[in-house]
Amino acid sequence: MDPVGLLFFLVGFLIMAGIYAILCLALNVQWGYGGLFNAGIAGFFAVGAYTSALLTAAPAPTHLGGFELPVLVGIIAAAVTAGLTGWAVAKICIRLKSDYLAMASIGIAEILRMVIVNEDWLTNGSLGITNIPRPFDGLLQGREADILFLAFVWVIVAIVYLVCNRLYDSPWGRTLRAVRDNEDAARAVGKDVDSFRLQTFVIGAALMGVAGALSAHYFRFLSPEATEPLLITFLVWVMLMAGGSGNNKGAIIGALSVWAIWSLTEIVTNRLPAEFATRSSYIRMLLIGLLLQFVLQKYRSGLLPERSPGIAFDKDKDKTHG
Amino acid sequence: MITLENIVMRFGGLAAVDDVSFAIGKGIITGLIGPNGAGKTTLFNIIAGRLFPTSGRVLLEGDDITRLPPHERSHKGLARTFQIPHEFGALTVLENLMVAGDTSRGENAFNAVLRRGLFLREERAVYERARDTLDFLELSHVKSEKAGNLSGGQKKLLELGRSLMREPRLILLDEIGAGINRTLLGKIAEKIKRLNEERGFTFCLIEHDLDYVSKLCSDVIVMAQGKVLTRGTIDEVRHDERVIEAYFGGGKYEVGT
Repeated sequence: MDPVGLLFFLVGFLIMAGIYAILCLALNVQWGYGGLFNAGIAGFFAVGAYTSALLTAAPAPTHLGGFELPVLVGIIAAAVTAGLTGWAVAKICIRLKSDYLAMASIGIAEILRMVIVNEDWLTNGSLGITNIPRPFDGLLQGREADILFLAFVWVIVAIVYLVCNRLYDSPWGRTLRAVRDNEDAARAVGKDVDSFRLQTFVIGAALMGVAGALSAHYFRFLSPEATEPLLITFLVWVMLMAGGSGNNKGAIIGALSVWAIWSLTEIVTNRLPAEFATRSSYIRMLLIGLLLQFVLQKYRSGLLPERSPGIAFDKDKDKTHG
Repeated sequence: MITLENIVMRFGGLAAVDDVSFAIGKGIITGLIGPNGAGKTTLFNIIAGRLFPTSGRVLLEGDDITRLPPHERSHKGLARTFQIPHEFGALTVLENLMVAGDTSRGENAFNAVLRRGLFLREERAVYERARDTLDFLELSHVKSEKAGNLSGGQKKLLELGRSLMREPRLILLDEIGAGINRTLLGKIAEKIKRLNEERGFTFCLIEHDLDYVSKLCSDVIVMAQGKVLTRGTIDEVRHDERVIEAYFGGGKYEVGT
């Protein structure tokens, strides 16, 4: 591979890794802080992706809109609609215990997928939406534009990371972790468990919507295949488990490393004989499953385990307290 | 302090609590004893709001709190510990106490992200209280340990500390002595006594160990088969024929000595 080709492989890799990093951070808010087993990540991702795509794409007779709004408006709207979807789901399901919540969220994500595939007037069904713009379109041409988009994605990753860290290192995050560890005890010390769970679910869902929007803008094209649960929900769970649930840095590292393995195995499986190449995505899935097994056996709580944020003024107090 | 009026709790056909009425006085330590299955823990759960009674009323200083969820009761000054320790396992000991404090500004997600200055003072106050509570309970040396790693006895102390952080009017202790060694048990008893005498905390505790109850409680309520059997000082109930019968099913035994 020539150096320029390698560079752009790397750019494409990092863009997707950035989108996955946002998904991982979002899942970390829900599962890592709040203990909510959301197995419907792809659903919120899809809501965000379609919202932003429809709002920013050029008008087309095949689907609703588009409305040619600025990309930033699309992304914010994606967060809002995904967050609202999260709110509705949470209102119904939040009292379910973890494994039941997982089942319910899978179900709801599948319903959303069916809606997307079948409601042609809204989404153009399986033919998808084309002409989705990117931010700063026209500033750079061709492959250089990818570099600009890479920067844009990682600026958003940085913002999301900052927000997640602040949430974690606050009485809000502390309360949420307490709710996760023991809901009865959390109630006994005056915490409104349902309200905290609702907030967590909505914040996580909104961030997942942002990731969905970014992926639509990256590919400039959106069809139901982009919201495949295997590639979104399952992979993100593997990333968070491997990176360390409850740890924001771990979430990003998990996204980068698992996506690296995923991308590299693509190079390998592409060289397999044709009869295997068609099944390559399943072979890769198997590899990822094995990797998860290895990580969970070797590093129980991921590469970077959860750490308490610490109390800022706890240090100086140690001396006086002896 | 707390008044129960004709509390009935049915699970299917079984009346776990059957028409129980009593009041718990302010500033004293009341003991709730009785053989297994007497309905003590069910009654505790009704007072704490984990269960809503089939009929009857729960009053906290005159306020009807019968249908109030647990977290709202907590805000009204009701605190409890659990029979099996309910620590927040992945949080440090210090965090376990701080999370119980009132940090309503910092618990707002919007403030947590954008207006962090707003809850600094509140956080500092809660931190100071948590440190004082840790000192009082002699847990300061493990403050940075994850609570899940503590011993059974330390977890019980932590539970007590967590309820103290609420600055409650009434603390319900559900078998705080169960499953811990004598030495630590004595220590916990001493802390409870001090909290009651020096700081005026009101306690109501469930206990099996009558020696323990006799050390702490000036007022003892005996339950059996969902009803209140008798009430009095520990010496009075200890020699009550009905109590002996409830514990041992008849025969001439001296209870608890």
